[in-house]
Amino acid sequence: MKLITAIIKPFKLDAVKNALREAGVQGMTVGEVQGFGRQAGHTEVYRGAEYEVDFVPKVRLDIVVEETEVDRVVDVIVGEAKTDKIGDGKIWVTAVERIVRIRTGELDGDAL
Amino acid sequence: MDTGDTAWVLTSTALVLFMTPGLAFFYGGMVRSKNVLGMLMQNFFAMGLMGVLWAAVVFSLAFGDAGNAGFIGNFDYLWLKDVGIGASSNEFLSTLTIPFVLFAAYQMTFAIITPALITGATADRLKFSAYAVFIGFWLVLAYGPMAHMVFGGGWLADMGALDFAGGAVVHMNAGAAALALVILLGVRKGYPDEPMPPHNLPFTILGTGILWFGWAGFNAGSALAANGVAAQAIMNTFLAASAAMLGWLLVEKIKDGHATTLGGASGAVAGLVAITPCAGFVGGMAGVYIGFATGIICYLALGIKKRFKLDDSLDVIAVHLVGGLVGSILLGLFADSSINALVTNEGTFLGGGTDLLVDQIVASVVTIVFSFVVSIIIGKVIDLVIGLRVDEAGEDTGLDLTLHAETAYS
Repeated sequence: MKLITAIIKPFKLDAVKNALREAGVQGMTVGEVQGFGRQAGHTEVYRGAEYEVDFVPKVRLDIVVEETEVDRVVDVIVGEAKTDKIGDGKIWVTAVERIVRIRTGELDGDAL
Repeated sequence: MDTGDTAWVLTSTALVLFMTPGLAFFYGGMVRSKNVLGMLMQNFFAMGLMGVLWAAVVFSLAFGDAGNAGFIGNFDYLWLKDVGIGASSNEFLSTLTIPFVLFAAYQMTFAIITPALITGATADRLKFSAYAVFIGFWLVLAYGPMAHMVFGGGWLADMGALDFAGGAVVHMNAGAAALALVILLGVRKGYPDEPMPPHNLPFTILGTGILWFGWAGFNAGSALAANGVAAQAIMNTFLAASAAMLGWLLVEKIKDGHATTLGGASGAVAGLVAITPCAGFVGGMAGVYIGFATGIICYLALGIKKRFKLDDSLDVIAVHLVGGLVGSILLGLFADSSINALVTNEGTFLGGGTDLLVDQIVASVVTIVFSFVVSIIIGKVIDLVIGLRVDEAGEDTGLDLTLHAETAYS
């Protein structure tokens, strides 16, 4: 099993979610996050005082899938989240050692 | 000059002004969090530009040569010339028992909130600069003439149509402008596939409360005196809001399964809109009948935007255009000469035949057509010169950061 973590532009969340659902993904965890990469932050102005805001709002998706599904899911996210402009985000994949469904105690693949 | 009347209109002026920030919160709660400052700013800004324009030019266009049974006023009161602490020298306005400058200030608060009503329809995509230019021209070309034709003894009033506090001048006028701008602007990016739920309904409820409170000044203040008509108007106003909330929630519960806070707020505002033309002209339980009918009709009018694929984002057409229309037409049924001597043709239900009803329908059609045409011309010209819409990236980011370099919640 693998954990796919994707950082995407907030307004792309619905499109990505719908595409993943169609691709058979059963669940995901989503959070509003802030960060920076190559995309610069922005400037806010309050009564003439400028504030540099380095952290850009993004959405983070965490999805655990079977190893065989990883390429397909990553492709779906890339396909939907891409705008060809800077700040589209990143995806990384990490190994998952164990999964437990709390309600039933099922493990690993059964718990997905 | 009457001190009691003056005190009440002074109070009403403050009450009506407070409605505009109330409206800002009513709408601000309904937009997405990235656009809330853009919405608040458009409403708040009306208190700036509309106030100055009103004093400089538009009060004169609306009330200059009042009683001329015409289309527009003149330039007699330009730059507040001859608008003083005494009575007006104009014959039509000389019956007022309040200082002329207070009348101008009171009417100013109406001129402020009317263009602000439009912002609910154009939410999340209208550029601030385009909005500012639009409402400036609109106040001069649409609001000034409408206020003259109805409140200033112009031809709609002369024809016999009644509008106590602005069912036509304020609500249908703003509603028709909203329709014109929605057509010009097109839908928000992602509409209707992407959900765009309200980001802070407590703001919306807060705003509704402020509107309801301020509407006492809007309607009862429109008696321009502290008298029985004002008393009747405040009772009608509150009853209509109450009954409209019930009507809206009832249909909502039946059709959608839940009575919602947004539904309760929307129903109350729809009732306040509909009673506006009627407030000082009807009596007894008429406010309840008018409000209840409006709550149901305005809920059903939400379907208009789906049917015509219009992104009237916060339902200005259903609430203000339809609500104002329903109130204006129902006045033709319920107008009561025992409440107000200005009612010369009584409503159909009081045995007055259909004369007033016909006048009300004619005035409503004239208002909607006039406002729509003027608005679409101003909007189109602005679109060609500076553009009405923010660019796509700006819309994605949100108006707050794109247009105002601020964020509401950090």
